[in-house]
Amino acid sequence: MSTYYAGLFADVGILLLGALSVYIILATGQLSLGNAGFMGVGAYLASYLTVELHWPVTPALIAAAVAAAAIGVIVGFPALRLKGIYLAMATLGFGEMVRSFFLVFEPTGGSGGYRGMPHVSLGYIWLWAGGILVLVLVLERSRLWLEMRAIHDDETAAGLIGLNTTATKIGAFGFGAAVAAICGGLFAHHYVYIEPGNFGFERSIDFVLAVILGGSTVGAGALIGALLLVLLPEWLRFLVDWRLAAFGVLLILVLLTRRQGILDRALIARLTFRRRAAA
Amino acid sequence: MLLQQLVNGLTLGAVYTLIALSFSLVMGILSILNLAIGELFMLGGYLGFALIAAHVPLPIALVAGMAGAALIGIVIEKIAYQPLRDAPLITPMLSTLGFSIILQNVVTNVWGSDPLQLPPELFDTRLPLGPISVGMMQLVVIAVAVVLVASVAFLLQKTSAGRALRAVAENRDVARLLGVSAGRVTMLAFAISGALAGAAGVLISLHYAAITPYIGVDTGLKAIAVMVIGGTTRVWGALLAGPLIGIAEVLTIAYGGSQARDLVVYGLMILILLLRPQGLLGGARTDIGQRV
Repeated sequence: MSTYYAGLFADVGILLLGALSVYIILATGQLSLGNAGFMGVGAYLASYLTVELHWPVTPALIAAAVAAAAIGVIVGFPALRLKGIYLAMATLGFGEMVRSFFLVFEPTGGSGGYRGMPHVSLGYIWLWAGGILVLVLVLERSRLWLEMRAIHDDETAAGLIGLNTTATKIGAFGFGAAVAAICGGLFAHHYVYIEPGNFGFERSIDFVLAVILGGSTVGAGALIGALLLVLLPEWLRFLVDWRLAAFGVLLILVLLTRRQGILDRALIARLTFRRRAAA
Repeated sequence: MLLQQLVNGLTLGAVYTLIALSFSLVMGILSILNLAIGELFMLGGYLGFALIAAHVPLPIALVAGMAGAALIGIVIEKIAYQPLRDAPLITPMLSTLGFSIILQNVVTNVWGSDPLQLPPELFDTRLPLGPISVGMMQLVVIAVAVVLVASVAFLLQKTSAGRALRAVAENRDVARLLGVSAGRVTMLAFAISGALAGAAGVLISLHYAAITPYIGVDTGLKAIAVMVIGGTTRVWGALLAGPLIGIAEVLTIAYGGSQARDLVVYGLMILILLLRPQGLLGGARTDIGQRV
């Protein structure tokens, strides 16, 4: 594989993790526009552990994930008071606050950025990305996931039949934050340089975009979305200056024609049926 | 020195107020975030900028900036919002994001990505006011913002179009049963919202005497913070929160370093959300949003 494609597929793996972090939280009906904040926490913490304390990458990633999950739970509690778009705006504020915090936090370089991390291979990134994707796909077949979807569809009804909606919603925030932190840690150790601007609103929006474009009702949608979001701008390179405008037009067209995302249950059922029929 | 900073903060805050109102008009009625508002603001700024640089009188430049942004606002409503009206809230939000990407790309291609400067002689008139001096343009910015906020408040409270807007915001189905054309009201909301963003754009190019295609994202996000702090249900919330944030930002830059300004703004926003989720002047029902 050429270095060009290796770079692109590393981006896909990192974006897939970010998209999954949004997907997990969205499964309980909560939209987070601040997951780049968790990603930033993970990136800076993992980098600090590998650079200053000389930890190996894997334990550093796990430690960053645990710390971010704790922050996710802390953020999740006040978020319980907010619903829908108000929650989205609150998480947006959280994400921007994390970004501006690292802008003034001198021990990790402030606005000058932070460097010196060991580089990780494409295979290592995909070990994490693939592993967590499989974990989410397995989780999707569990009772817990059904409870999460029930809260997504109607929180009051879910509470009335005796589900612990508070624990599930906060747990989802914690899990999502942990996945975003791993995404950030891998990002930092892939680019071996990070700055607060890497973890701004546009990154959070990219995650949401990957989920919605790929299909927000199935975990595999995040993979399709991540592939599309990384590869499409590359395929549009021949348009030079108008590449981003074309991307915007395509984005609107996809949303208008397939509002449920490219992948949904109906499409998966049809595809798997065809494969069975052919065999 | 402090007074001078306060005046600068007020000017910036006046611009934030207008964009926050622009967000909250669409938000209050349809509970969606129109992510293209930041770019409408930027586009209005470029239109006004181009006309002022061509020696067109300021009022005409202002109206042109507003009209241009309002027109694009209507286009966004027709293409990005109306067909996706009954989809989950995220979908129309992302289709407006598509427009934001397009607008930014188009402006970058038309006017270039480098900042443009207004001729400095426009800003020579300064009024000495005791120990401080206020630029003529700063007064213009504040005055225009106050007039626009007052007109929006008048429109919403006293006219039949405003009543229709409030009725649809309250309950779309009942409003339609009572004979309000919800589609037309939605279009009106997007148009006014666009006009306000466009006006804010013209004003910011007067405030900074310069403009770049990337001004929309940063300022737009801060305006969302202003909207949350002020509360989305009342026009006056934005009028209070805009100057508050503007002054907090300017004072942080002056005394705490420019890197810390975003931390202060979003810190205030989180604090308000924790203590008073409905915003400073918000009513009781604002934290009950639609499901995602």
